Amino acid sequence: MAIEQDVLVVGGGLAGITAAISAARSGAHVRLVSYKQSTLRHASGLVDVLGYTPDGEGPLVDPFDAIDDLPEGHPYERVGTDAVASGLALFDEITAGTYEGSHTDANALVPTHGGTIKPTARYPDSAAAGLASDGRDALLVGFERLPGFDAPLAATHLGATGAPFRARGVTVEFPVKLSADPKVTRFAHLLDQDEGIDGGTRGVRRALAELVKGHLDGAERVGFPAVLGDDHPREVRADLAEYIGADVFEVPMGPPSLPGIRLEDRLFAALDEAGVSIETGNPVVGFERDGDTVASVTVSRTGNEVPYAAEQYVLATGGLVGKGLDSDREGVREPVFDCHIAQPPDRYDWFGDDAFGDHPFARFGVDPDRELRPVDAGGTAEFDNLRAAGAVLGNYDFAAEKSGSGVSLATGYHAGTLAGEEAT
Amino acid sequence: MSDAESPPDDDVPSVPDDEIPAGDEFEPVQVFPDSDLDLREGADDCYKCSTCDTNCPVAEVDDDFPGPKFQGPEQWRLKRKDDEDIDASIMDCSNCMRCDTACPSDVPLSQMHNEARGEYVDEQMDTWSVEYWRNRVLANYRISAWFASKMPRLANAVMSNSLVRQVGEKLFGVTAEREFPAFAEQTFREWWAERGGPKVQSEDKRVAYFHGCYSNYNTPEVAKAMVRTFEHFSYQIAVPDQGCSGTPMFANGMLDDARRDAELNIKEFSQLVEEGYDVICSCTSCSMALRQEYPELFSFEGTAKVSASTYEAVEYLRIHEDLGSAISDAEVEFPDLAYHAPCHARSQGLDRQAVELFRDLDGVKIEDVGESCSGISGTYGWKSEKYEKSMAIGEEMFEHMDEAEGETGMTECPTCAMQMEHGSGYEIRHPLEVLEAALVSR
Repeated sequence: MAIEQDVLVVGGGLAGITAAISAARSGAHVRLVSYKQSTLRHASGLVDVLGYTPDGEGPLVDPFDAIDDLPEGHPYERVGTDAVASGLALFDEITAGTYEGSHTDANALVPTHGGTIKPTARYPDSAAAGLASDGRDALLVGFERLPGFDAPLAATHLGATGAPFRARGVTVEFPVKLSADPKVTRFAHLLDQDEGIDGGTRGVRRALAELVKGHLDGAERVGFPAVLGDDHPREVRADLAEYIGADVFEVPMGPPSLPGIRLEDRLFAALDEAGVSIETGNPVVGFERDGDTVASVTVSRTGNEVPYAAEQYVLATGGLVGKGLDSDREGVREPVFDCHIAQPPDRYDWFGDDAFGDHPFARFGVDPDRELRPVDAGGTAEFDNLRAAGAVLGNYDFAAEKSGSGVSLATGYHAGTLAGEEAT
Repeated sequence: MSDAESPPDDDVPSVPDDEIPAGDEFEPVQVFPDSDLDLREGADDCYKCSTCDTNCPVAEVDDDFPGPKFQGPEQWRLKRKDDEDIDASIMDCSNCMRCDTACPSDVPLSQMHNEARGEYVDEQMDTWSVEYWRNRVLANYRISAWFASKMPRLANAVMSNSLVRQVGEKLFGVTAEREFPAFAEQTFREWWAERGGPKVQSEDKRVAYFHGCYSNYNTPEVAKAMVRTFEHFSYQIAVPDQGCSGTPMFANGMLDDARRDAELNIKEFSQLVEEGYDVICSCTSCSMALRQEYPELFSFEGTAKVSASTYEAVEYLRIHEDLGSAISDAEVEFPDLAYHAPCHARSQGLDRQAVELFRDLDGVKIEDVGESCSGISGTYGWKSEKYEKSMAIGEEMFEHMDEAEGETGMTECPTCAMQMEHGSGYEIRHPLEVLEAALVSR
C-alpha cells in the first residue's frame, strides 16, 4: 500500500520548501521528503536574485531590469517576472522581521567574509549595518580560533573594492577558553547562553565587547563573523552594540553557516504552519510510471522500498552539490526520474580551461517547459505531472550570475502553485 | 584526450606506458594497502563542510571532543600509517548517529566510528581495567537483566538502595545519580508463553517481533501493546529466540559481543523472513541496529535479507494499513504528551511520525519538544565520568518538556525515556501504548 498525498515534493532546500508551501496554500495535502540535511546549512543566508548578466555585466543595480533580456530557456525566462516577484513576496512573508531588502527592487551590496562585495536582493537583518553602500567607517573583528574569517585580510580586500568607507580588521581571542578548532555553533551557543566567565558575573557578550572596544578608534560599526547566536541572535547583537557603543553586524561566512541554519529553522517552521507533512532521512531512489504520468516514487528505508503516490510531483533535489545531479566519467544524470540532461558527449568539453572562466557544466541541469515540466531531447514534457524547481534546473550559472536563491524561490513558487492547483 | 594520457607538462613525471590501462578504462590508483573493510570511498566523499560537527551533541558541550569529522574520515586516513593509534577520544562519541543524518555527502560516519571504537577497545584498552569491565557489563545489560528477572522484587530493592548505588559509583564507575529502571514481575516472554503465543493466524500478514531486552524485562506493557495492536490488524505474530540487538555493544566497542548476539538474531529472523514474515521492532535503536549496523559490520548469511525486511512497528502499520483513517475515526482518553524523537528514530526518517499521526487523534494533545538529543545515549549517561555531559546535552530537552503543556512524556527509545523521566519527573509512555488505547478495545 502506497503512502498517499496530493502533492509530493522531493527535496528540502529553498526550492522544495517554497514549492511545498505554495502547493499547500492551494488546499492540497503536501508531503515533503528530503534525504539529508539540506545545503541551506551551507548557504550564506543572502538571497540573491540576479547580480550579473549571463555575459558578466554588473553588478546590476536592479535585477528586474535585466530579467527580460535573459536568453530563452533561462529559469527566469521560463517562469516570467511575476513568478520572481511572487516567490520573493512569499519569502518576505515567511521571514518577516528577520530579513531586510524588500523596500526596494534594487540590489543591496553586502561585504562577504573574503572582503568582496555581493549584490543581493534580501539579506538577514544581522547584516544590515554592514552594507557596503553605507559611508560609516567599520571595524572587522575576527577570532583566533575561527580560521574562516581573517578580519585584517577582509578589511584590506574591502579597501581595494573602492567601498566608500574605511575598514580596519583585528583578530582577538574569544573570551572563553576553547579548543584549537571549535565549531561555529560553539561560538554561537556560548553567546546565546551568555554565562558568567571564570565563575564571575560578567557574561560572554560583555567580555567580548570589552575586548573589542579598545580597537574601535572612531569606527561607528563593528562586523563579526556570522556566529552571533543561534537561538537569540537579536539579543546577542543588541547587547554587543550597547556594550561596545557602535552598531554591530554579521559578515556572512562559508559552511557551516549560522545564517543558513537560522533560515532553515524559519523555513521548516513555515512548513509546519502550512500543514505540510515532512519526512527526512530516507532517499527517493526510483519511480513507477503510468503512461505519461509518474504513478509513484520509491523511498528507500535502508533497503526496503516504500511507494509514495501523489497526483503531482515536484523535483527539487538540488544541483551537483546537493546531489540532484549525479556525474561520472560517462555522463551527467538526474538520478530519480532519469530526466534528460543536455551535455556534450566528450567530457573534456564540459569545462573551460580558466578556473574562473565560463564552464558549460555550471549550466547543466534539466530543461523545463514554461510550466517547469522537464522535457526530453525533443522538447516534449517527460511526464504530465512532474515539475522541477531550483538548482536541478539547467540553463543558468547561479554562481556567476548570483541568482541561486532567486531561481529557487521563483521556480519553487511556480512549480508548487501549478502542482497544487492541478492536484485539488 | 583521456585521463590515461600523460599530462602535457614535461616537468611532471609521467606514468610508465605499461601501467596505462588500455582505452578509456579507468583504474584507480591503490593508495592504501588492502584491508577487509575498505572505507576509502566513504572517506573520499567527505568534502569537509563540517555539517556533522555542528550536529554533534557531544562536541556541543565538550570543547575537548574533536567531533565526528575527525573521528570518521580524518582518523581513518591517519590510520593508514601503521604506527598511528586510535585517539582515545573515540570513547567520548555516544553513537547517536546524528552525523549520518547530517552529512550531505553520504559519508558512512557512524560505521567509521564503530570500526575505530572496536579497534580501540580490542587493541588499546586495558582488559584488566575497571573501565573495560564496567563497559562490558553495561553493554551486556541483557545478562544482568536476565538474572534480575529471576528475582525482580529483590533486584529492584537492591538496585534502588542508595548505599548500593554509592558503592557502584565508587568501585565501578556507574553514576549514583540515576535510579535503576525497575524490573517487571513478569517478563514479556513469560506473558507470551502464558497466553499460548499468537491469537491470530494468517497466511499473508505475518510479523516477527524483535522486542529487545528492555520491553522484555522492564516495560512489557509496550510489547503487549504491540501484540494487541498488530492482532487488531489481523497479523500473525512470531516471537523467536533473540539476543541483544547490539546497540549498547557497538557504543562500547564490544564488537565480539555484538557479533555473538547478531549471529543468533540473524539466524532466527532470516528463517522467519523466508517464511513470509517481516521483522518489527518497538525500540528505534534495535531497528537501527538490524537495518543499518548489521549489514555495515557483519556478513552472516541472511544479514541483508533481515536488514531489508526490518521496520519500526508504527512505521510498518503506516505503510501497510490505513492508519491515518483509523486514527482520525478514533478517540482516546490519554494524558497530553510531550514527545521527544530519539536520535536513532531521526536517522530512520521517523522523527515526525508520532506527532503527525496523533495530530488527528481526538482526546490527546501531543507536542514535539524539539530536535535536541536527550543526552543519555544508552549506556553513555550511566558512566560516572559522562553523567554531567549527558545532563548538559539533555538540558535543552528538559527545558522544552517543561514548556510543553503535557506533563507526561512520550518516546520510542527506552533510554531516552529514562533520561526524560530523570530530568523531568514525568511518566514516559510509548506511541504503541497510545495506538493500543485508541484502536484496541480490551
